[in-house]
Amino acid sequence: MQLLKDKLNIDFMGKRKLAMILSSVFIVISIVAMLARGLNLGIDFTGGTLVEVGYTEPVRLETVRGALSASGLDDAIVQHFGATRDVLIRLPVAESDQDKASLSNKVIRALGPTGSLEVRRVEFVGPQVGGELRDKGGLAMLYALIGILVYVALRFEWRFSLGSVAALVHDVVLVVGFFALTQTEFDLTVLAALLAVIGYSLNDTIVVFDRIRENFRQIRKAASENVINTSINQTFSRTLMTSLTTLLVLTALFLFGGEVIHAFSIALIVGVLVGTYSSIFVASTSLLALKVSKEDLMPVENTNRNDDGSQV
Amino acid sequence: MSAAPLNQYPLWKHLLILGVIVFVGLYSLPNLYPSMPAIQVSHESGELDTATSPTLRQALRDEGIPVQSEDHADNRLLLRFADTEQQLQAFETGKQALDGRHVVALNLASSMPGWLRSIGASPMNLGLDLRGGVHFLLQVDMKAAGEKAINNYAASIRTNLREAKLRRFSVTQTGDEVNVRFRDEASRTAALETLREEYGNELDFAEVDGSNGFLLVATINEETLRETQSLAIQQNIQTLRNRVNELGVAEPVIQQQGAERIVVQLPGVQDTAQAKEILGATATVEFRMVNEQADPFEAEETGRIPTGSILYRERDSKNPILLKRDVMLTGDSIINANSGFDENGLPAVIITLDGKGAARFSKVTAENIKKLMAVVFIDNKTVIINQDGVQRRKTVTSEEVVSVARIQEQLGKRFQIEGLDSTYESLKLALLLRAGALAAPVEIVEERTVGPSLGQQNIDLGKKSIIIGFILVMIFMALYYRLFGIAADLALAVNLVLIIGIMSLIPGATLTLPGIAGIVLTVGMAVDANVLIFERIREELRNGNSPQASIHAGYSKALSTIADANVTTLIAAIVLFVFGTGPIKGFAVTLSIGIVCSMFTAIMGTRALVNLYYGTKKSPTLAV
Repeated sequence: MQLLKDKLNIDFMGKRKLAMILSSVFIVISIVAMLARGLNLGIDFTGGTLVEVGYTEPVRLETVRGALSASGLDDAIVQHFGATRDVLIRLPVAESDQDKASLSNKVIRALGPTGSLEVRRVEFVGPQVGGELRDKGGLAMLYALIGILVYVALRFEWRFSLGSVAALVHDVVLVVGFFALTQTEFDLTVLAALLAVIGYSLNDTIVVFDRIRENFRQIRKAASENVINTSINQTFSRTLMTSLTTLLVLTALFLFGGEVIHAFSIALIVGVLVGTYSSIFVASTSLLALKVSKEDLMPVENTNRNDDGSQV
Repeated sequence: MSAAPLNQYPLWKHLLILGVIVFVGLYSLPNLYPSMPAIQVSHESGELDTATSPTLRQALRDEGIPVQSEDHADNRLLLRFADTEQQLQAFETGKQALDGRHVVALNLASSMPGWLRSIGASPMNLGLDLRGGVHFLLQVDMKAAGEKAINNYAASIRTNLREAKLRRFSVTQTGDEVNVRFRDEASRTAALETLREEYGNELDFAEVDGSNGFLLVATINEETLRETQSLAIQQNIQTLRNRVNELGVAEPVIQQQGAERIVVQLPGVQDTAQAKEILGATATVEFRMVNEQADPFEAEETGRIPTGSILYRERDSKNPILLKRDVMLTGDSIINANSGFDENGLPAVIITLDGKGAARFSKVTAENIKKLMAVVFIDNKTVIINQDGVQRRKTVTSEEVVSVARIQEQLGKRFQIEGLDSTYESLKLALLLRAGALAAPVEIVEERTVGPSLGQQNIDLGKKSIIIGFILVMIFMALYYRLFGIAADLALAVNLVLIIGIMSLIPGATLTLPGIAGIVLTVGMAVDANVLIFERIREELRNGNSPQASIHAGYSKALSTIADANVTTLIAAIVLFVFGTGPIKGFAVTLSIGIVCSMFTAIMGTRALVNLYYGTKKSPTLAV
């Protein structure tokens, strides 16, 4: 079975202007969404208390809200979680000093009269820890990008390094923008997903880059644009296949993995789609823009002699 | 062509692949066996004596509780039971049958057969989000610890200067420094000499000439401050250990994290309100005189307790003892307690008191020479009660006598308790005294609790998504790459077994829900290597190469691409591991293991299969 015909010849680079416009539009939308709406940060980053309870019977949110405000917990955000029997209660960080960690106990006591229930999950993150997790998350992203920048520069060449990091930044901005736009909760698992997206997208980019390098060394007298085009075409069926199998399992994770990793799988699904696009249209066009050429890629021992015999 | 076959592996390569699969596969087996309710017995000293098992078995026989199997490893005794009801009964029986130095805990134990256990195999560790339990991050108030220390120094300095017959000085404490003010410079110089001798290693002194007199400023030096803070952490950890042992939690984690935080993880604990109360309360010790005039056994029997006395019990022997109502000294005054040896080389506990405590203590002990003094340890214990088949935990305050000793002389700032049976005894008493000293306050800065039903649900959902994702990818690969696809599918199955096996083999690796997501993601990405290879083979065939040469070229040309692509993903995974916490680390671990395993199975594994099938054929038609 084959998805694509044998000698694929799509002019990817010819469409780079269109792709550039498309990417720019998406990046602008993402940045505007981040600035205007902000991220719906989970308590991992903001600090606060979260209590998930499971009732034996479906419960109305008004009942739960009523019971909570009767106990003076007016600022609680109450919503169903997955099913009508499960309720998620979120509270901001308590003002008073002693109350911070025991807020969840107060919530559980307040819910006592609302029906037969079981505490499924309690999370409390102090404001200080929340801030630390936020900083650590940002640092992790930065270090991952630097590590990759260095590795690609060592294995390939600085232009490739810049190209791949441009693609990664593009992906991260778009996925974060998606979370800002849809106001899907952004928690620690989403951050982990984002780093996995970086890994995945890079994986994709490296495969294309590898072929570009190989072709630059083999194909004689061809314009950079054509070499890049050929490389993308040669690896295109692989790009599609891998994205497809990955999306397949991610869809399974999204549908059957449960509420807790919903946001995680969404981040990865969006990331894989964006990452596949970016390795072709952002990473490879960056190479072209940076004017990578045959001469840049010859193995070190041959630097002063080219394959076609001409002296450099 | 005939000289060196392109696509045949030497025998050793086949054996190597087979060996790895069999070895790791073997260690993944324990995960197939369900876990059984069990109780776990250990000893405070770390050494479990041989009498424990027979004593416990006898007690259980008397109660008619059947034991399914028994295990003895790493100085812990593990008894398995058919259901949780028997487990709870056995738990209660065990607590009564064994003395207070044994720690009895509820646990889950794998039901894997003995031969697997004998090769050291064990199932994967499950994270708290899968098995249910509580995770707390506690922050120790270091500022308070420092202030308490400087406070103690202020009191001691006052005493020292008085003893040195210095007059007309005033000692005040401001923030983290002690200010001593003198009328004349000569007194200050004399004082400085005295204090340098006493505290030269602990305090830094500075002379400041202010408008109203001659000032001597003492601050705790960095090393001492570090020591004080580390002591505050250790003290809190010890208190927490004592409490957690009382809770009956199997495999608790109590660890220092960073300079001023403590992580507490209690698998299986459901009542977090209770757990918080227990962890938050402070233990304390009291020194009281023993009432030697009355017979404690008689008092216990008749219930007639002499006025001015209270009936206590000794911690280990459980014997009654009568103590005077007046408290001589409380734990607040204890600065430090260390186990050591007396002048005869016998085990002893050396106690250091703060200035105020020392003054009071020396007065009281002077009046009571040759009389018995007792140390009472007051703590909040948790008992598990079985109420209508539901397991509940209740907190009770326990007051136990942990040491009785005769006062030989007037005691002061530094004194020792002698007459202890062993070094173990002195170590334990020192720990209890430290735990009972006023520790720096702790605050819960993070809590994550997962109920047991949510944990089980997470396991079920995780399994389901792995299986569904796995089957989808397998079908897809088999349809798309036919025979080669089936080879990739086999490699994928082996990959899954290897991930589980390696996770079980690494002692510190823990499977979490994001970890399961990592496995799912690896399943999707693991086939990538094969896709790369197979697409390359197709390309080679299209270019008119022979089938054998195409296989060979496909594998060798794809290799560097695969390596580059995986190394970069590994970089991201390692960064995640370094910066992530808890569940996120779990994701990084499975992702990294998955990447490395997939390199092995997708490259070597499928190559072996392809070689076996096509390697000896002259000009096969490749089903790719």
